[in-house]
Amino acid sequence: MSDKKDAQFYQEILDICLTAGRLMIEGGSEMYRVEDTMLRIARNAGVEDTRVFATPTCVFMSLDGGDLSQMKQIRDRNINLELVDRVNQLSRLFAAKKIDITELRERIIQVAKAPSFPMWLQIIGAAVLSATLMVLFMDNYDWVDFPGAAIVGAVGFWAYCEFKKYTKVRFLSELIAAMVMGLLAVILNYLDPAVIIDHILIGALMTLVPGLALTNALRDLFMGDLLSGIVRMCEATLSALALGAGVGLILKFMGA
Amino acid sequence: MPFWLEIVINVTFSYIASVGFALTINVPHRALNLSGISGAVGWMAYWLCFRAGMGRMLSNLLGAFLIGILGLCFARIKKCPVTVFNIPALVPLVPGMPAYQAVRALVIGNYTQGQELILRVAIVTGAIGIGFLLSTMCTEAFYKLKRRHLRKIQLYIQRKK
Repeated sequence: MSDKKDAQFYQEILDICLTAGRLMIEGGSEMYRVEDTMLRIARNAGVEDTRVFATPTCVFMSLDGGDLSQMKQIRDRNINLELVDRVNQLSRLFAAKKIDITELRERIIQVAKAPSFPMWLQIIGAAVLSATLMVLFMDNYDWVDFPGAAIVGAVGFWAYCEFKKYTKVRFLSELIAAMVMGLLAVILNYLDPAVIIDHILIGALMTLVPGLALTNALRDLFMGDLLSGIVRMCEATLSALALGAGVGLILKFMGA
Repeated sequence: MPFWLEIVINVTFSYIASVGFALTINVPHRALNLSGISGAVGWMAYWLCFRAGMGRMLSNLLGAFLIGILGLCFARIKKCPVTVFNIPALVPLVPGMPAYQAVRALVIGNYTQGQELILRVAIVTGAIGIGFLLSTMCTEAFYKLKRRHLRKIQLYIQRKK
């Protein structure tokens, strides 16, 4: 690293790779894909001998040629597959030499502002998901609980998204969303005794339930990313605790 | 309820559920339909096997296996990462429900039921993970074989000339 231009170049590559890695982890990608993408970007930029280590809370990268090594912390993790897809596309374009490194840098910064589906569409998605899954899981096709599950699922998801804005603690927002769902289900049962609280909650909670996190954790473990697998498993256990505790508390208080 | 109606309900509902979940996790537009299809296929595989009495573990394994293979094929067609198709498709299979029910049983004080449910979560998660691994292995082997045979055929044609 003798002249100054070189140092700048390496710094730029580090920046781009770390941002790409952070975006992909925030989008909920698997660890081996994150590491692979970062290595690919660096290799296509012409840097040999790079090292990457990614965990769900932090990414590290070092470039041998520039004596540089940096890290980036990751604060919030949720599933947003649009981010993963966009970063992947940019990496493909860069590998095909359709964009150069300055353009890659500009576009990767813009990925963070990728458009998401509007809130009402997401809420409708949550409602549809909880109603249909309730029917699939219960296997006895009770149409009485169908609208109830949709309403509770939609309101619970909305509450979760709203509380997420006020608190950084994910556990809390999940707990509160589960409490809201439990309360609503009890109220519906009070209004119409034919409604079964358990069925409604099973459908409605599918929007927040940590099953996917568990499966992703296991896949990371199988791929050999032991650290991130364990971290994700902890996260999944925590959110299961939050949901179960929220609903259990409400049901205990209301005596239902 | 007749059997064909049950099948129709299961196919449409699993498709709708997968697409609904895809909306909440912001899947790219071009992948919405395909992720729904692979969700429906995976759930149908699970449901039919479960009804045929193959047990929870084997049915989940088969469902995850099919989802994995479909996801890899779709990823090659659409040039998306595999996760984009797999995560929404897995939603009907994934053991989120027993995980929540286990904690609820523990909160209420029903310890035996809680233990049983936790064990179920572990078994189903393991089955899904193994199904995914198998699907990755199969597709890799398939493409390797295909490439090798293509080369053989090309060599054969060249020799003929």
